[in-house]
Amino acid sequence: MDYFTQQLINGLVLGSIYGLIAIGYTMVYGIVGMINFAHGDIFMIGGFIALITFLILISLGLTAIPVILLVVLLVSMAITALYGWTIERIAYRPLRHSFRLAPMLSAIGMSFVLTNYSQIAQGARVKPIPPLITGGYTLHESADGFVIRLSNVQILVVITTIVLLAIFTWLVSRTRLGRDMRACEQDQTMAALLGVDVDRTISMTFVIGAALAAVAGLMYLLYYGLVDFFMGFVAGIKAFTAAVLGGIGSLPGAMLGGLAIGLIETFWSAYFSVEYKDVAAFSILIVVLIFMPTGLLGRPEVEKV
Amino acid sequence: MTATPHKTSNASRTAGIPFLLKTAFINAAIALVLFSLMVGIRTEAGSDGQLTYWTRFGDLAALVGAVFGGSIVIELLRQWIGPTGAEKLVPPAVQSGISFIGRYLAPALLIFTLLVPVIFYNQRYILDLAILVLTYVMLGWGLNVVVGLAGLLDLGYVAFYAVGAYSYGLLATSFGWSFWVCLPLAGILAAFWGVLLGFPVLRLRGDYLAIVTLAFGEIIRLVIINWQELTGGPNGVSGIPRPSFFGIPLDNSDDGLAAKLGIEYSPTHRIVFLFYLILALALLTNWVTIRLRRLPIGRAWEALREDEVACRALGINTTTTKLTAFATGAMFGGFAGAFFATRQGFISPESFTFQESALVLAIVVLGGMGSQLGVALAALTMIGGFELFRSLENYRMLVFGMAMVLIMIWRPRGIIGHRAPTVYLTKAQAISSDLVKEGHG
Repeated sequence: MDYFTQQLINGLVLGSIYGLIAIGYTMVYGIVGMINFAHGDIFMIGGFIALITFLILISLGLTAIPVILLVVLLVSMAITALYGWTIERIAYRPLRHSFRLAPMLSAIGMSFVLTNYSQIAQGARVKPIPPLITGGYTLHESADGFVIRLSNVQILVVITTIVLLAIFTWLVSRTRLGRDMRACEQDQTMAALLGVDVDRTISMTFVIGAALAAVAGLMYLLYYGLVDFFMGFVAGIKAFTAAVLGGIGSLPGAMLGGLAIGLIETFWSAYFSVEYKDVAAFSILIVVLIFMPTGLLGRPEVEKV
Repeated sequence: MTATPHKTSNASRTAGIPFLLKTAFINAAIALVLFSLMVGIRTEAGSDGQLTYWTRFGDLAALVGAVFGGSIVIELLRQWIGPTGAEKLVPPAVQSGISFIGRYLAPALLIFTLLVPVIFYNQRYILDLAILVLTYVMLGWGLNVVVGLAGLLDLGYVAFYAVGAYSYGLLATSFGWSFWVCLPLAGILAAFWGVLLGFPVLRLRGDYLAIVTLAFGEIIRLVIINWQELTGGPNGVSGIPRPSFFGIPLDNSDDGLAAKLGIEYSPTHRIVFLFYLILALALLTNWVTIRLRRLPIGRAWEALREDEVACRALGINTTTTKLTAFATGAMFGGFAGAFFATRQGFISPESFTFQESALVLAIVVLGGMGSQLGVALAALTMIGGFELFRSLENYRMLVFGMAMVLIMIWRPRGIIGHRAPTVYLTKAQAISSDLVKEGHG
């Protein structure tokens, strides 16, 4: 039971990171209807920028951890958001009214560009950082000596995710921008006729998605203590799987899917085999989609001739 | 459309030097922020595991400068070419020229391909490259059945390639079966896996289909990596036998083909044989596809691509239609995989990554989805171009990715961007591909 609880904690933390990335996928899909294959690489870029900012701040002599974290968070969110904006501008906007596969292939190309760009710019080797946030709490110690631990990093990841989700839900449901986004999602032409700046709204969607991916990159860096140029691919398809599992286009679905994938992976590694954890996650995706073809929370698509 | 909007847009485009400089400055500023940390600072893990960094402001300045200059050049080019959409009308002379080339290009290309081993007999590099290109042509034609004809978006095509390669590799190394026995088996096994993938995705549409095929490709690759007892894991399968000329080995022995024919042995014989083998396999794929398009099943595929709901309303069984499309495409992938295994003599999971799937899909889409000639040309361009940049090493994938983005922006519909329906009522009419939707799954 103790082992189970510990795995549950680990799974939820991992799931939070996946969920943050998955929101970016699902938002872009909801509004433009394309799979942004480069999103996983945006997450990787966010991780790299966080790492470099850390290094600079530490070598400048800063020691206050909360200050460092805040600065790193803001810098990586800002620069990564600019990456998201630029990519939309260069690779997706010219293809807005093209046929469906064109932006997707452009996104695959962009993903290759980003992966190799960071490999060339920062080298192929894994970049480790020393743990910044140490310590934690012992929740429970059983008779046979098994300890359930909740580390401070894990608390930070979960709290950040909850706070961001709250801000984000408020943004989508209460602000002008959120209303514009929902309008564009339903009908871009009609939204434009009613005075919504469609181009700007789509750009903002990419910016917000990239900023959330940057947060996920920072959390990944803090939690695992390393980044490398290839991490975007695996994390990207996992998060995409999460978005589809939850029902693509649905925001709560993305978070739910992220948590589900995180939990499946953790429990499979804990009870069965580490090697097949990804196989398990993908197989469960396939099984779920057989019975619920639009994911857990997706709305069924009605198509007429 | 009148000429007035063009004029106004022209005027705003040729806004002069201040506008030009302003755009360039903004772009350079964006580039500065983007590259500041990623290029300006280089991190590396030291020998003690401690991360160090050093600055590279020179590179950063060069990149920002390049963006500044590049945006001026692009802006000038844009003004020089004029507003897009102005030159949609192709002069009739050019049009007839294009159709003339179109009619004779395919046979000319085929004759040239047949002659390649004769012309380049002594240039091993070109022969190897030609074999590689033909392998991708075959893969492209195979995937074309699924994506181009049936309109089912498949992001995990490499799985069938892997199944074919491992089927031959394992059957040949474990049981010593010959290539010609294993080739159909590899195709059948791959087709079987195609049907297996087909079942769960029957009810899925569009992007759900895409992610499931991608997941399927990853599952196959991960199982190959981890099932070490069977597949050798990351070490792969080595010592896969070379193909024989229908039982006669192509080597230096007394039983070899060279000895039997009474000619001097040369290692090039095997390469030439491999070349004609893959050419024959690719042409078989092409021929079967063209024939199938004329059969009810091919018509059903095209109907499915155009509109699934209408297709079902007309009484077409979408289940069998989708499954046969997956099975046929997968079978050709399996053939290509078996060929890959026998050519390399060694296979490992590294050859079957998502990048391969993306490359084949890119070939199909760039080729114009459904056009056999277009796919062949796209494979030639992509693989040939990829080889041209071999000296760039690390930069190769970067250039490749950029090229993919640029080609998509330039010609989103692929190199051959129109599609004529196979069946028509009164008069054959080429539909501009801008008017049709496809890949809806």
